[in-house]
Amino acid sequence: MKLWPLGLYFVLVIGLVATMLVVSYFLGQRHMERETGEPYEGGIVSEGSARVRFSMKFYLVAVFFVIFDLESVFIYAWAVAGRQLGWAGYWEVLVFIGVLGLTLVYLWRLGALDWNPSAGGRRP
Amino acid sequence: MGNLWNQFFQRPDYLAIAPEIVLTLFGLGILMIDFMLERRDKFLNAVTALLGLGFAAVKLLMWMFQSQTPSYSGFDGRFSLDTFAIFLKLVIVLATAIVVLISVKYLEVEQVHLGEYYALLLLSAVGMMFLASGTDLIVLFIALELMALCEYVLTGFLRGNRRSNEAAMKFFLLGAFSSGLLLYGMSLLYGFSGSTRLADIQAALAQRPRGDALVWVAMITLLAGLFFKIAAVPFHQWTPDAYEGAPTSITAFISVAPKVGSFAIFLRLLLVGLKPFDGQWQLLVIGVAIATMTLGNLAALSQTNIKRFFGYSTISHVGYLLLGVIAAADGNRDGLLAVLIYLFVYAFMNLGAFAVIILMRRKDIIGDELDDLSGLMARAPGMALLMLVYLLSLAGIPPTAGFIGKYFIFLSLIETGHYYLAVLGVAYAVVALYYYFRIVVAMFMKRAPDQVPLESSWGLTVALVVTLAVTVAIGVYPEPLIRLAQTAAVPLF
Repeated sequence: MKLWPLGLYFVLVIGLVATMLVVSYFLGQRHMERETGEPYEGGIVSEGSARVRFSMKFYLVAVFFVIFDLESVFIYAWAVAGRQLGWAGYWEVLVFIGVLGLTLVYLWRLGALDWNPSAGGRRP
Repeated sequence: MGNLWNQFFQRPDYLAIAPEIVLTLFGLGILMIDFMLERRDKFLNAVTALLGLGFAAVKLLMWMFQSQTPSYSGFDGRFSLDTFAIFLKLVIVLATAIVVLISVKYLEVEQVHLGEYYALLLLSAVGMMFLASGTDLIVLFIALELMALCEYVLTGFLRGNRRSNEAAMKFFLLGAFSSGLLLYGMSLLYGFSGSTRLADIQAALAQRPRGDALVWVAMITLLAGLFFKIAAVPFHQWTPDAYEGAPTSITAFISVAPKVGSFAIFLRLLLVGLKPFDGQWQLLVIGVAIATMTLGNLAALSQTNIKRFFGYSTISHVGYLLLGVIAAADGNRDGLLAVLIYLFVYAFMNLGAFAVIILMRRKDIIGDELDDLSGLMARAPGMALLMLVYLLSLAGIPPTAGFIGKYFIFLSLIETGHYYLAVLGVAYAVVALYYYFRIVVAMFMKRAPDQVPLESSWGLTVALVVTLAVTVAIGVYPEPLIRLAQTAAVPLF
């Protein structure tokens, strides 16, 4: 096994980063104003506190996204080996998707998909 | 149909996992049915769960008594339904059923009417059953996580209760950490053998020299992860906190069923996968067993909260179970036999004691302080006598089932020449007798703090009758259990 291309790659990466830092250190301008120490966010001076209350709904939707997104990865894993697994594998994936469908029904009935909490659902 | 099944999927494989499939279907079914039930009909969820557990038990028994192949290995050698697995699965199913029985009234008192409770119990049981059968690192790990994730949620099930939430958080963080350690050890084992199957790992490890440093690293991380799961010292810190904060019925559950599941993976990994290095891991287990018995027994002496008390009591029982594993490492079949008998017996006596504690939970009184049991003899003599039987059994006094469990542990230690461990175990049994009798003193010699009547329920009554019957029957006539455990010990030797 030839390892030197990997070594060269590391050397190049480290060299590139080092060059960028060193060159900008010598060529760049220096400022020391009031805003220099502020947290940087898109070039705009920040205002207000970051500790704003967000609705739990954002968190819930994000979690659902992550869960269902991850489940689709498993379906990709099946798709790659789909032909070798044959019909039996196909049925297994159908069962898997069926369970996913059940969880969706469950979340729906729970009211977790309602953006407006007062619109129904079993629990807040 | 010829093309329908190929080398990865074979029809008998699905028959072998039928009990797990049934339980999963019932678990998912409860989630759906729960939406259709009125609040006063929520007990039907428990009935559904019992039905599912019953079907699973019947399937297991049918496999054991009717099948031509009691030792079946399916899914390309990754799942094995042998007598060892069936025995532990039956213990898991029975323990879960008893927990369902004692949960109904507790959930009513706590005003928790969620079907998810029973669904999670069943899914957790599915995880444990796969743990008992898995012969592949990936199967074992996924089963372990299925079991553990359900437990974390159940521990935090009293959502309005701060102690419950705190317990769930501690349990989750430490559990996730231990899973990481376990995975690290598993990845090294895969590195040695190029396979995740335990049989291949055994073959690959047999080629390596004794005292190989990398094998030591793999073994230590693997064992550390497993010690977390079975709550052995020095990885026990989550136990008292999780036990105290969890709903009492869940404390009963996590003190019994996951121990059975975790010991299943512990025994299979050590006695099959790491078999070539049994002299090495035996040293680790000896040290941990001594520390576990010492800390569990001495810390239980000063507890005033009953659930914490049972947390430490569980730790000390884990110490005794590890003694059996030590004897099994010397190739002694009685060691494995002792562990299996002890797990069975411990499940019933501990659940019985918890059923009495749940009875103490009444309006406005949590009933988990030692003083809440005071004067039980005066107000409910039957319950006090039942508790006395369970405590005698936990301490290991004949003619109760606990004595049979301890007897085989000490027998196997003496057969393998570990006299000092046997002496230590007997000495700590005396300490255990002292702290179990603190409860007896409170029950029989102290005045009751209040006169709120205790209400039983059909579920609690059935659970108490079953656990009492098993505890006494095995103590008096242990022959059938010993035979059953002997056949269960065969596949690992």
